[in-house]
Amino acid sequence: MTDTTSELVSKESVFQRINWVDLGPFIALAVLVVVGYLINPDFLSPTNITNVVTRATFIGIIAVGATFVISSGCLDLSVGSMAAFAAGAMILFMNWLVPTWGANAIPAGIVFVLCVGALCGLVNGLVVTLGKIEPFIVTLGTMGVYRAFITFMSNGGSIPIDRSLREPFRPLYFGTVMGIPIPVLVCAAVAIVGSFILYKTKFGRRCAAVGANVEVARFSGISVGRIRTLAFVIQGICVAIAAICYVPRLGAATPTTGLLWELQVITAVVIGGTALRGGKGHIWGSLAGAVILEFIANLMVLSDFISEYLVAAVQGVIIIVAMLIQRFSRRS
Amino acid sequence: MEAALEIRSAPPAETAELLRLTGAGKQYGPVTVLRDVNLSIHGGEIHAIIGENGAGKSTLMRLISGHIQPSFGTINYLGEDMAFHGPADAERRGIVLVHQEILLAEDLTVVENLFLGREVTRHGVIDDRTMEQIAIRQLAALGCTARPWQLVRELSIAQRQMVQIARGLLEEHRIVIFDEPTAVLTASEVDLLLDKIRALRDRGVAVLYISHRLDEVEALADRITVLRDGNMIGTYDAGSVTQQDMARLMVGRELSMLYPHKRGTSAADPLFEVEHLSVPGFVHEASFVARPGEVLGFGGMIGAGRTEIFEGILGLRPAKAAAIRVNGKPVQIRSVADGFEAGIGYLTEDRKGKGLLLRERLAPNLVLSALSWLYRKIYTDERIENAELNGAIRRYDIRVRSKKLEAGQLSGGNQQKLLLAKTMLQDPSIVIIDEPTRGIDIGNKSQIYSFIDELVRQGKACIVISSELQELVGLCDRVLVMKDGRITAELRNGDVTENAVVLAATVGSGAVGSREENARDRHHL
Repeated sequence: MTDTTSELVSKESVFQRINWVDLGPFIALAVLVVVGYLINPDFLSPTNITNVVTRATFIGIIAVGATFVISSGCLDLSVGSMAAFAAGAMILFMNWLVPTWGANAIPAGIVFVLCVGALCGLVNGLVVTLGKIEPFIVTLGTMGVYRAFITFMSNGGSIPIDRSLREPFRPLYFGTVMGIPIPVLVCAAVAIVGSFILYKTKFGRRCAAVGANVEVARFSGISVGRIRTLAFVIQGICVAIAAICYVPRLGAATPTTGLLWELQVITAVVIGGTALRGGKGHIWGSLAGAVILEFIANLMVLSDFISEYLVAAVQGVIIIVAMLIQRFSRRS
Repeated sequence: MEAALEIRSAPPAETAELLRLTGAGKQYGPVTVLRDVNLSIHGGEIHAIIGENGAGKSTLMRLISGHIQPSFGTINYLGEDMAFHGPADAERRGIVLVHQEILLAEDLTVVENLFLGREVTRHGVIDDRTMEQIAIRQLAALGCTARPWQLVRELSIAQRQMVQIARGLLEEHRIVIFDEPTAVLTASEVDLLLDKIRALRDRGVAVLYISHRLDEVEALADRITVLRDGNMIGTYDAGSVTQQDMARLMVGRELSMLYPHKRGTSAADPLFEVEHLSVPGFVHEASFVARPGEVLGFGGMIGAGRTEIFEGILGLRPAKAAAIRVNGKPVQIRSVADGFEAGIGYLTEDRKGKGLLLRERLAPNLVLSALSWLYRKIYTDERIENAELNGAIRRYDIRVRSKKLEAGQLSGGNQQKLLLAKTMLQDPSIVIIDEPTRGIDIGNKSQIYSFIDELVRQGKACIVISSELQELVGLCDRVLVMKDGRITAELRNGDVTENAVVLAATVGSGAVGSREENARDRHHL
């Protein structure tokens, strides 16, 4: 057989692959920082960097969840709509509680939105696993459903947060701890917990096994449906956490909240090094991917090369290029 | 010991030399995987290439068929020194490799697959009728029962293999290379294929034939080239070497008996009882028991329902049974996990597709089924896994250069040992092994057999599903033969013979009787 050959050849390429997939996104990030500085030195000003990184946290937090879903061999297109729906539901819930609970409505709202997110994820997961339907189709459907919900709830307008909650809620986006914006800390916490779950727990191990080869997982006695459903629930919870950080930023939820986030999230995960067909997930790579996307958008604003209206186009191109790189850096 | 076997001179002069390799070899990076091959291939001969896994057989075949370029030496084809630009170039020049792996598009039909990339057209429009006729002829010649417009997805593994072979033979070639063509075929299908190969030879085609089955090689080959560890040991006239010689040349040492001593059927209380199990479309009302201390074999053609019985038992496909009992107690099994719980371990026949995560390292593969009990806390611990891996490597003699390798980088035999270790980690009392030695070399085979022997001697029950007659006969104390989804015969001890198995698998129940008569039905083994 070719055993000897493949052992020897791939020993080298294992080395190369580790470099590429694990470090690739961080190298790209570093290159981007240098390029950004050369284009416009303001890019590296503390204010700008803080702003950009803070903005990247929404996609980053959701991308942590998406890393689980994609690692398990699924896909969730509904995250953007879900984020808008969760944000809207959270605001309505808090506004309803304010007269009786006052500022305590905020923690109650947080608990509530986490439940909403988990429930949305659970719906996605159960329909995918019990219905045995392609995740692409299921979440395409729920993408429409959740988007319609927020449009319905807001009557096509916006759902503003109650005036009395605005001040106490503000710090969740604008506040800092030791100079670090709170959303960044939240995002880091989500990523740390996420990587512990994905890399150090039995669930994480099984999640990657299901994504790598669903048959092997089944024959190994792993409940594929349960693992995938749980991955969707984790995704839902991450979406809810992102919504919590997002609400104080604009103080409202609208039918355009979270538009095209699914594109950015999936792009972040893919450029982070996780294969779209499942298997090993790269949580920190996904975060780097989210920051890369936001850096590029920021650079387009700071430079005059390309109109910033083309941001989505550039992001669309990036995911395609990332897939091409993955395709050609993999051994045949 | 090789000196004892004289290398005979080239075959008679009337057969023209088509291909000559002189000092050919291949190296990857610093490592040479094949060196100094001097080989001459003639039209009208069947030339077998044998060697253990990793001996360089596939590398040699890939050199000849243009998949890779030699690092040293020359390839002379039809009198000219040649460098093929890829397999398509070699194929255009008349050399085709029929791959061991099945490379067909599952969602296309048999005809579409046969003609993929070389569709017959008339005025630029696909000519389905002509292709269909050619396909029907080709399939009939191979005795393949697949229908031309059937989707490949619906075919059995054996039918797929036949379609792949038919594809390789669609056009006339000067040299046809078969890489383990019979690994998934049953005896009667093998017979037809071997006849077809002989017909090719008689038309003047040179056939290169790679196989692990030395009996086939002996029955088929005119000349035999032996490779070992990337070295060419020699080319021998088939008449001058016995199977024992071949095995010894391949391994480079005297092989002790391939099979352990049989234990004889057991009279103990059944450990595992299955009553009236039906798997819709595959198995009809199958009942059997397995007793501790014996190896129970399941024989029959591929597609007779052997694998499906056990996938049904383990909830891997829809099935219903009147009762399934372990140690006399009824059990409900809805998943592989329930099976482990009940003490049943199942090793799939498809170790690459269903058994191991090829791109995952060894330790995570080993403990994948065991996570729930191996770790009492929710998190995993590399030290525990590595300890388990070290134990498995010692216990099952898994040969790895590094423990950081991915499972896909092991040889077939070592993968099979790892899969065995993974299943045995669950400490099952009933071990079901589907095709225990498919595609692995003779040294590893012998080891797997002795592991099976050990575990039944420890009082476990072992069920072996196999397409290899020799394996059933050599290993099993009792054999159940299936035909068309039913168990048609039970053979015990001395009654387990190749003829009896074949007869029960093809004719069905009641046919197992006079062995003299049966002998007529088997010519090649």
